[in-house]
Amino acid sequence: MNVLVCVKRVPMTGGRIVLTPDEQAIETRHLGFTISPHEECGVEEAVRIVEREGGAVTVLTLGVADAEEQLRDAMAIGADRGVLLETDGEEWEPGETARAIVEAVERDRAGGTAYDLLVFGNESADAGNFQVGIRVAYALGLPVVTGLKGLAVENGRARCEREVPGGREVVDVALPAVVTVKEGINLPRYPSVPGRLRAKKKPLDVVRPDRAATEAARLQKVRLHVPEGQGKEAVVLGHGPAAAPAVAEVIRQLGLAP
Amino acid sequence: MILCLVEHDRGTPDEASLQALAFARRYADGGPVHALAVGLEPAGLDEHGVSTLHVAEHDAFGAYAPAAVSQAVVALLERLAPTAVVAAGTERGNEVLAHVAARTGLPLAANCIAATPGEPVSVTRVRWGGSLLEDALVHGPVALLTVQPHAVPAEPAPVRAPAVERFTPELSEQDLAVRVSEHVDAVEGGISLAEAKVVVSGGRGVGGEAGFGPLEELAALLGGAVGCSRAVTSAGWRPHADQVGQTGTKVAPELYIACGISGATQHVAGLKGAKTLLAINSDPEAPIFGHADYAVVGDLHEIVPAIVEELRR
Ligand SMILES: Cc1cc2nc3c(=O)[nH]c(=O)nc-3n(C[C@H](O)[C@H](O)[C@H](O)COP(=O)(O)OP(=O)(O)OC[C@H]3O[C@@H](n4cnc5c(N)ncnc54)[C@H](O)[C@@H]3O)c2cc1C
Ligand SMILES: Nc1ncnc2c1ncn2[C@@H]1O[C@H](COP(=O)(O)O)[C@@H](O)[C@H]1O
Repeated sequence: MNVLVCVKRVPMTGGRIVLTPDEQAIETRHLGFTISPHEECGVEEAVRIVEREGGAVTVLTLGVADAEEQLRDAMAIGADRGVLLETDGEEWEPGETARAIVEAVERDRAGGTAYDLLVFGNESADAGNFQVGIRVAYALGLPVVTGLKGLAVENGRARCEREVPGGREVVDVALPAVVTVKEGINLPRYPSVPGRLRAKKKPLDVVRPDRAATEAARLQKVRLHVPEGQGKEAVVLGHGPAAAPAVAEVIRQLGLAP
Repeated sequence: MILCLVEHDRGTPDEASLQALAFARRYADGGPVHALAVGLEPAGLDEHGVSTLHVAEHDAFGAYAPAAVSQAVVALLERLAPTAVVAAGTERGNEVLAHVAARTGLPLAANCIAATPGEPVSVTRVRWGGSLLEDALVHGPVALLTVQPHAVPAEPAPVRAPAVERFTPELSEQDLAVRVSEHVDAVEGGISLAEAKVVVSGGRGVGGEAGFGPLEELAALLGGAVGCSRAVTSAGWRPHADQVGQTGTKVAPELYIACGISGATQHVAGLKGAKTLLAINSDPEAPIFGHADYAVVGDLHEIVPAIVEELRR
């Protein structure tokens, strides 16, 4: 089994989002970086499949050189190899991103690594375009199942489960296939210290993808802004357990008391 | 002409799709809005400004197959040449329009809250699960847009029964390669987090699995559900089904009580629908207070049991 997982480096924003003066990005000078929890679970799922079935996990990102950090994090929990599609930092739109990932997959196939399973997040943390995985699937002529909360790979097939109101629905699909996963499909392990040390020595391919811009059909970011209605003034009901009567009074006024 | 995909549950249109229709009407600005429903003809669209309702029929539509639904959209797109295709920003709406985008090479802007026609189309869409907005341009012959749920009210339009046109899209074997084959019912587990009137939610400040006891007690007393932050699920104290936020459940209770939760944007993204927010935190500077209606400063391990006692009086 060869499994590819695609992850995107995003800032860890904390309690408040501050934008750069040109309103094109989040001000990240004082922030750390991470990947979406969906993608973190995607890495864990891929590692578990390969632990069971044998094979290798490749983790891929399109982003700045520093995104190597997110690839090494994935290697620390068991991914075997990284592919960094290095850009100058400007965000690529989803069609362009998908095209660059497809080219990388085809390059690997030419090099002898054909993927049986391609794992994406259901949506990226920052952009939430809900489409890169599906675009990649079509370009490669593969079936795609989205939003997985359960996955069992056996005998060249994948049994996929997703949540719907009232339960789960099941889709059974032949590999090779593309899946997009959601947080909750598993509980990712924490990287161990030996895992972190091993990750440093794992192979990493760095490629500068062509930005085959399609002017005719694309999504173009103009500016970001923070929605209104933040920075409320809370009514302080009190300090410590002495506030309990005031809290109970609020609950009663809302008509929610037992 | 604008084409809008209407999702329905055995003929009853989804609320999010009615919101998408309202969005489509506003976008069409008096021009015709056509609707597409798959499987069977939904009832109750008379008040939602649909001029023509297209019903895609096929034996295969008995079980959800996203590629097959997208093929129905593409068939209409080619025949009717709309300037935009709109769907609800639900799991299925986003999925189907992403399939349409992949088939046609058209751009898709997901989870829009506003859109203005033009060449290019201007949209405002949500990012980071609603913590950030993006103004964007959609360049292309047809704009594919999904509508952020609850961003546009599903206000009714003058009553007019739509003309109904049935068609049978041609589906290939590939269109049906991914098709739901089985349903597994959920085990009944009390009040659902998404629908609870009261949510008592705990964060890292709760300190451990056992620390949730008093929160459970308060939730039970108020007929509510227990929620938590990602710090809690990552530590394995609670299952992911309890997580509120961008990558967890979106809640909309009358009252949300946040205990020992700092107020990270990704957590707050899940409780935008809460009517009243009460935060309990030992740090008076915690960002959660900036979103709260009511604040209690102090140790939740003392405060939550005191509230329970007070309510029992
Ligand atoms: C892409 C992405 C998606 C994410 N999705 C989610 C999501 O869906 N849901 C989610 O919750 N998070 C999500 N996160 C994580 C989020 O960024 C925060 O890390 C997380 O919400 C922090 O949880 P917390 O508030 O419980 O912990 P902390 O931030 O550690 O806060 C603990 C709080 O408890 C208070 N406290 C400590 N002891 C006490 C006490 N005895 N009494 C009272 N108060 C006390 C502290 O003052 C502090 O404010 C996501 C992150 C990313 C990057
Ligand atoms: N820059 C990127 N690098 C690698 N993978 C990406 C990138 N952008 C998106 N993806 C993948 O595509 C998924 C869906 O992204 P999106 O369509 O932006 O919501 C993400 O969860 C990732 O798995």
